Amino acid sequence: MAEPILSRNFGKKDSHTLQVYVEGGGYEAMKKALKEMKPEQIIQEVDKSGLKGRGGAGFPVGKKWSFIPKESPKPKYLVINADEGEPGTFKDRQIMEQDPHAVVEGAIITCFAVGIHWAGIYVRGEYVKSIERLEGAIEEAYAKGYLGKNILETGFDLDIVVHRGAGAYICGEETALLESFEGKKGQPRKKPPFPAIVGLFQGPTVINNIESTASIPHIIKNGGEWWNNLGAPGIGGGVRLFSVSGHVKKPGVYELPMGIPLREIIYTHAGGIRGDKKLKAVIPGGSSAPVLKPEEIDVPMEFVSLAKIGSMAGSGAVIVMDEDTNLVQVLRVLLNFYAHESCGKCTPCREGTGWMAKIIERIEKGEGQSEDLDTIVSIANGIRTRTLCPLGDAAIGPAISFVTKFRQEFEDYIKRH
Amino acid sequence: MPTVTIDERQVTVDPGTSILEAAKKLGIFIPHYCYHPRLTIVDACRMCLVEVKGAPKLVTSCSNAVADNMVVFTDTPKVEEARQSVLEFLLINHPLDCPICDKSGECLLQNYYFCHSRKPSRFKENKVKKHKVVDLGPKIVLDSERCIVCTRCVRFCKEVAGEEILGIFNRADHSEIGVFPGKKLENNYQGNLADVCPVGALTARDFRFKCRSWFLCQIDTICPGCSNGCNAVVHFTLRNFNGLKGQRVFRLTPRENNDVNKVWLCDVGRWGYAFVDSIDRLTMPAMRKGEDFVKTDWNTALKETANRLKTLVERYGANAIGVIPSPHLTNEDLYALKCLFGCLLKIANIDFKVPGFDKGEDDKILLKADRHPNTKGAELLGLSGTGLSVEAMMDKVKAGEIKALYLAGSDPVKYMGEKAEEALSRAELVIFQGTNFNASCKLAHIVLPGATFVEKEGTFTNYQGRVQKVNKALEPLGEAMADWEIFTRLGQMLGVFPSYRSAEEVFMDIAREVAPFAGITYKKIGSQGIKLTLPEGPVLSEAKE
Repeated sequence: MAEPILSRNFGKKDSHTLQVYVEGGGYEAMKKALKEMKPEQIIQEVDKSGLKGRGGAGFPVGKKWSFIPKESPKPKYLVINADEGEPGTFKDRQIMEQDPHAVVEGAIITCFAVGIHWAGIYVRGEYVKSIERLEGAIEEAYAKGYLGKNILETGFDLDIVVHRGAGAYICGEETALLESFEGKKGQPRKKPPFPAIVGLFQGPTVINNIESTASIPHIIKNGGEWWNNLGAPGIGGGVRLFSVSGHVKKPGVYELPMGIPLREIIYTHAGGIRGDKKLKAVIPGGSSAPVLKPEEIDVPMEFVSLAKIGSMAGSGAVIVMDEDTNLVQVLRVLLNFYAHESCGKCTPCREGTGWMAKIIERIEKGEGQSEDLDTIVSIANGIRTRTLCPLGDAAIGPAISFVTKFRQEFEDYIKRH
Repeated sequence: MPTVTIDERQVTVDPGTSILEAAKKLGIFIPHYCYHPRLTIVDACRMCLVEVKGAPKLVTSCSNAVADNMVVFTDTPKVEEARQSVLEFLLINHPLDCPICDKSGECLLQNYYFCHSRKPSRFKENKVKKHKVVDLGPKIVLDSERCIVCTRCVRFCKEVAGEEILGIFNRADHSEIGVFPGKKLENNYQGNLADVCPVGALTARDFRFKCRSWFLCQIDTICPGCSNGCNAVVHFTLRNFNGLKGQRVFRLTPRENNDVNKVWLCDVGRWGYAFVDSIDRLTMPAMRKGEDFVKTDWNTALKETANRLKTLVERYGANAIGVIPSPHLTNEDLYALKCLFGCLLKIANIDFKVPGFDKGEDDKILLKADRHPNTKGAELLGLSGTGLSVEAMMDKVKAGEIKALYLAGSDPVKYMGEKAEEALSRAELVIFQGTNFNASCKLAHIVLPGATFVEKEGTFTNYQGRVQKVNKALEPLGEAMADWEIFTRLGQMLGVFPSYRSAEEVFMDIAREVAPFAGITYKKIGSQGIKLTLPEGPVLSEAKE
């Protein structure tokens, strides 16, 4: 197996400290970027790397940076999205807890490349340890002169703050996150204008995921092409962290090339199904990604291939379900989650998620009828593409895919109960 | 300027115009809830989705600007299906209590449901329970179950009334509007909350359970609450089963006039109409007999008035009479008054400026310190400064030099207190002409009942010098009569006087005789009013923009 990159410090003693980070070659990329490279060169390298946003939407990171206007009357901001809330996802937490300096270094390089002097990390409220570790790393970086005024005597200034969220899933949506960051109720904004033009406090804003940010130092140190080649042949895009959970023998965070077949993740890396049972279903990219059947798991785990078969790569969270799993229960848990987390701003999501949740609850209680399944699909179609933000489409991913792909199981459940 | 094709018709609009507004120009109405032309756009209700050629999904027409050569369809099956779906969502948790809802008949949930859906509900679950009959303050009541969380009210408070008071609490289908902890809804613009609310969630306490909206007639009017002259609509009923005691006017709502009040109305003005049907309305002419008033008929009362005025002028001269008109009266009333007292009887002591009449509180939004709708009109018609001031008149009454006071709608006791009370008690003759009984009326010898602003036609000139029209919605209560008519009848008893048959005839004379009004007709005033070209110099001491 190849040398770990993003997870190279995971498991080391005191991996969160500056000393251990620097011993592993940390902050060299920052020095290279600030002293030897021009901002445009950095953006070019990131472009070449094929790095796509690791939060879920998979937008090319270099492209995102290039949308920021060079000259802006308002300050420009970097906001790092650490509101890791997608069910099944727990990889950003590992980075923040075990390798917080990677985030700080990535942030410094990003800000230097885009011309930003203030960065904020919005961390999910429940991630108390992540917040402590990030704050510790930032403190060390200030003490070392890597943050603050005139970093490495290059004349570049940067401040980073950590902002603790209050635990709302919707605040992972970038514009809701900005609202929340500004102290308002976390609800998405209308787009356009996009955050790259009007973002935090009305200034142009780059919003990057923790893992994306932590990938930057490696790209700068070794070159964009090197990173791109780490991905599966013909796919590229580097490595990413997969959060594997559910009925596998070895759940956990795995650093693997983009485009690795799902089957390999489950059976080679995660050790196969617990108790050597049969696979029934797998969610490939966080709970919002439509579920896959066992015959679909040869798909390469990257954005385009998964979209082709009607699912998505999302946040790289693989949730595995064995043959004993009650999918009615699973769908009830998922739909309740979305009904609970819908922000309530736009009509289809506010009302539709709650309605679907109530129907599946009724079915689970044994009071369902076959046509209730059609109603769920029809409600989901009423939400599809008509909501203000992606939460609506996220909620219908599981709804439609579970009910249509496993219709027979749902019908049987309704008949039996 | 972009040209856009909407439903196969073309329109050219300013860059940045939304699809919804461009469609409006073509007379195509796109249903919407959260969008309000005077508030920021939040893109939330999803009712205004339309199809744009080339776009992968339906787009919200309120928030998307037109582009050149854009092709839009507002009534395709895809759009109709989306509207039905949004309506179904909005109604699943709605209590469907139209029979007891005050918004019924003018509710956008009802209207759009009948226009675009008419489908039975598929919702078999329990509805979300939310707070009902929540007092947001003394004026507005909230029913959260009827609320569609469009946030128009939230935005109105923040953006128009200037206070961040309301917010959304909770999340998802438990979202509810509420007042922030520790704050109170106290602004002077709360009535607008019930207007902007597209459904029955926010209702005005003043209107709750009083009248079904479909029993109400509407007519354009001008709010008489202050000198701003906000354009309004008066809602009234002709089905009054309760004689003189019943309520006929039920509410005032704002009417759009970009130069005056945009689309808003303040609470002071909105809820100032109660005097129209109040218990103290003067409905019959009356004359004092000792301590009491005795009802009489118009002929007797007017004859008595004319005779006594005539005798006083003959005995003591015209300067023995003081006239105090009110800037509550219309231009027509005031002009007739001027003709009668100034021209015919040659009385110089006419002054409408009762000390303190313009000393209310200015709220810097709509409400002006001067709580009279026609101060500028009174000024332009020369009803001040020709003789003694009101204060001097009171002194002369005490000194016995002025024998009679004619109060035309004015209430000097209210503003001047004891001083006026003493003068009125001493005067040989006090004639009170007005709509409601008050402290000054109490001291009168002859009482002549006047019509209120909804019972007569006429014009007000607002503080900017804009002439605007009020219309007659109802017959005057009892035997009350428009003030210009009273003056006309008195004038004819006292000498040669124009035989005005309508307010419009009076106005035609104003347009002929009073320079700033030259060339203006009722037709030209229309529904939005006409701004006068005012003479140079300070016309009104308190003139403020």
